[in-house]
Amino acid sequence: MTILVTRNQLVIPGEILAHGPGLKVGGGVFRKKINHEIEIYASMIGLAQIKQNRIGVIPLEGCYIPLEGDIVIGKISRVSLTSWNVDIRGPYVGTLRVGNVIDRDFDALRESLDQILQTGDIIKAQITYFDRMRDPVLTMQGRGLRKINNGRLIEVDPVKIPRIIGKKGSMIQLLKNMTNSQIEVGQNGRIIIIAYNLEIENLVECAIRKIEAEAHTSGLTDRIREFLEKRKDKIDLKK
Amino acid sequence: MSEEITSLILEDGRRLDGRELHELRPITMRTGVLDRADGSCYLTWGNNKIICAVYGPRELHPKHLALPDRAIVRVEYRLATFSVGERKSPAPRRREYELSKILAESVNTILFLEKFPTGTIDIFITVLDADGGTRCAALTAASLGLADAGIPMRGLLTGCAVGKIEGKIVVDLSDIEDKEGEGDMPVAMIYNSGELTLLQCDGNFTLEEIEEGLKLSKTAIGQIYQMQRKALLAKYSQIKESLDELGEEEE
Repeated sequence: MTILVTRNQLVIPGEILAHGPGLKVGGGVFRKKINHEIEIYASMIGLAQIKQNRIGVIPLEGCYIPLEGDIVIGKISRVSLTSWNVDIRGPYVGTLRVGNVIDRDFDALRESLDQILQTGDIIKAQITYFDRMRDPVLTMQGRGLRKINNGRLIEVDPVKIPRIIGKKGSMIQLLKNMTNSQIEVGQNGRIIIIAYNLEIENLVECAIRKIEAEAHTSGLTDRIREFLEKRKDKIDLKK
Repeated sequence: MSEEITSLILEDGRRLDGRELHELRPITMRTGVLDRADGSCYLTWGNNKIICAVYGPRELHPKHLALPDRAIVRVEYRLATFSVGERKSPAPRRREYELSKILAESVNTILFLEKFPTGTIDIFITVLDADGGTRCAALTAASLGLADAGIPMRGLLTGCAVGKIEGKIVVDLSDIEDKEGEGDMPVAMIYNSGELTLLQCDGNFTLEEIEEGLKLSKTAIGQIYQMQRKALLAKYSQIKESLDELGEEEE
């Protein structure tokens, strides 16, 4: 096997990354057999990732594709008799059944679902089931899953969410601790910021936008720490 | 009109706009120009100005068009009313339907549509200013838009027309050469693998001329591919470079 790119090199779709046998592939690449030899190409614009004999591309652009177990921040788009449709910012619409929201029995004849959640409500939910034949099924029963009543909702590129969370949550912990605010991150690229005042909210949003713009560079956590320290002094965090 | 033109090739062997026979018009490309779209591209190719927006993969409406095993590609190619000499009616005409169809078929070949069953990928192309060779330019712009939207694909599509004027094979026809010349052959391919995705032909060509045309178009497509590559990476390398500079200053 021969690897033709270096780690973290910017690649574009159709660019050859490696050829020869014995290579495993990660996301963002595809394989092609030419004259009995396997060649691996990038299928997205992103950074080449090489780990031992596994090669992949971390995409820099892309939409949200649901995965079972993902925590998402959704918006109720339709209320029907026994379920809600939830916009989860992807190619598929999420379904939220009434049994996955409330514990008690629900009688559709006597009460209406918009007493519980209305169109336009923002919720934090988890994807319990998804295959590509059926729309993703969501649940609101679980730790921290709820209707969100306050805070600022911002949307970022879904592929940059791992960077915003950081290794083992380092980046998001840094943001939360330094600004003393509550941040809910959905895998679908929606983020809720709940802070004491408007200035902190602005600061957190600035920091997140900075992470989004510089997601493909190294040493990001340190830069964000510096950025927050510089700006934080001017703001009273407790009011 | 045609009586006024004596020759499409000047005495010194250059074409009417001063180009050599195998020379491209100046091309610029920029990605990420539209905020609302998932991916976008603005391309100028000589006097052509094309803007392209890509949305998706997203939910398909109306639902009866959906395919259970893969996504569909919808392309809308439109000429702006002011893009051509005489005002064009904004309603799509035969030419626009045809181009939308062939562009969709060409784009179909490079996408992994089976990854997004029942969905759709929508491409909107508006030609703001037309001066010959818009279908190849539109295809080049569309593939940049798709890459900018992060839709998985086999490679970038690149197009370039070749044609025949005064018995000579030339690259990248302008509007007047297209109308008054002897033939026009738009070619599009995935440059990395050399696979053709579009080949149309208008006029009479001999077998040798077609072979020569294909060879010339491949060279031209290679040049355009390098520009596409640069345009796609520009957004990221700029940030990286400016950060690198900052880092050096601090040290």
